[in-house]
Amino acid sequence: MPLVHAVNVTKSFHHNEVLKGIDLDVDRGQVVCLLGPSGSGKTTFLRCINQLETIDGGRIWVDDELMGYADRDGKLYRLKNKEIAAQRREIGMVFQRFNLFPHKTALENIVEAPRQVKGESKKTARERAMKLLDRVGLADRCNAYPAQLSGGQQQRVAIARALAMQPKLMLFDEPTSALDPELVGEVLAVMRELALDGMTMIVVTHEMSFARDVADTVVFMDGGVVVEAGPPKDVIGNPQHSRTQAFLSRLRSEHEHP
Amino acid sequence: MSTVPTSGTDTPVERKGLSPRQRAQRSRWIQYAVLVVLVLAAAFSANWGQIVSVFFKPEFIKSTFQDGVLQALVKTLEYTAGAFVIGLAGGTLLALMKLSQVGPYRWIATAYIEFFRGLPAIVVFIAFSLLPLAFPGMTIPWDPYGVVWLALGIVASAYMAEVIRAGIQAVPKGQVEAARSLGMPAGVAMRKIVLPQAFRIVLPPLTNDLILLVKDSSLVFMIGVAADGYELTGFGRDLANTYSNLTPIVVCGFCYLLITLPLGLLARRLEARTARTR
Repeated sequence: MPLVHAVNVTKSFHHNEVLKGIDLDVDRGQVVCLLGPSGSGKTTFLRCINQLETIDGGRIWVDDELMGYADRDGKLYRLKNKEIAAQRREIGMVFQRFNLFPHKTALENIVEAPRQVKGESKKTARERAMKLLDRVGLADRCNAYPAQLSGGQQQRVAIARALAMQPKLMLFDEPTSALDPELVGEVLAVMRELALDGMTMIVVTHEMSFARDVADTVVFMDGGVVVEAGPPKDVIGNPQHSRTQAFLSRLRSEHEHP
Repeated sequence: MSTVPTSGTDTPVERKGLSPRQRAQRSRWIQYAVLVVLVLAAAFSANWGQIVSVFFKPEFIKSTFQDGVLQALVKTLEYTAGAFVIGLAGGTLLALMKLSQVGPYRWIATAYIEFFRGLPAIVVFIAFSLLPLAFPGMTIPWDPYGVVWLALGIVASAYMAEVIRAGIQAVPKGQVEAARSLGMPAGVAMRKIVLPQAFRIVLPPLTNDLILLVKDSSLVFMIGVAADGYELTGFGRDLANTYSNLTPIVVCGFCYLLITLPLGLLARRLEARTARTR
């Protein structure tokens, strides 16, 4: 079974159906990019995977574990909050707005969850945190508070923070959308390296070059459904569906005439 | 008026009226003049000899200090500090209850807050003084501190609960989501991520509550503490009765300012600091 196996996922906000039956499989070590216009449901779907949103229908398995529910004889029972929290430990998430803890230094941000959730010793947690900071190129800023870091640096710390829980899967929710253009590259570089190391990643993004170079599969969503999915050279290079073509050409023209 | 230099490099045009700035300046001078006249009128019409002998009689100022106004000041500080701790703990608990998903917790917290916030503190204190009648044999430990702290803390917690609740809700939603996505259970996320930020946000209004608490401690005489437990107001009243003169109360009043003015300064500092970091 693939690492992520989502079947017919539906979700509504106040009678507004945001997800109209999403199917998605992600194999171990794969990088999947979710593309699509805003409001297409990409972010909502990502948040459903780690249960930041509850789903109305369908099922999501991560590493053979049904997310958020227990299946007893075909009937679904909502898991307790503690059990859902335990499931989330296996899934890292990086947010558009970084969401670093402003009252903690970069190092403390990374150490907090392993200490509180896994009960790791201060020493172990700190050592790994320093290694991770080094990996994202910020070892020298370990004692800086988020307000003292640039957006790109904050996002790299946020990636290190998620990695500190040693997740099986990383979710990225438009990780570069809130950044100044000149800071996008440093974050994408960290993500590229992560992909090379074999991390399974689902990335909501508008960065076409990243999707083209790094993704194994590109999924184009629109209006709460998957319109087109496949290798980047097909979906981006030779889109079959008119909605995909329209979206890509709009993105390209924005790029050329900002 | 043509001698008044006009600002900048604008050409000296012949003006009929005054510029807006000149008009504002003139109205301000009129306001100052009215204020000075009022102050002078009050000063001249006052009977200064009478004022000094009723409110500021030197020998009574001296004997107020000798009789131990400083001990009373310390008592006021002790009563306030203990009540603040109880109010803070109770207020945090009530705020969490009010934000709880469990209905009864919410209802209890809302009822408590509305009740004790709506009631004059003095009524609560009178009720407290009669508690031993309702529960014969009941004693509250650390007399007189226990009773005072509890009575003041009960009222303070109702006020602080609302402030703390607002602070918790002012912490961006993304913070909780980040904590949850790291696998933190709700309790850990609240304790380690949300509450520290919430308290930072509400530090200025909380200092305000502390100032109110300093003044509310003047009501503890309603509970009926012994003379050696008198705080500033109780002490001042007692002495004013003995001397048949208001001077001790005035001295005590100034002692309150000794506490509240630095606190007010602190609150403004904190406010300026949070304004800068946000």
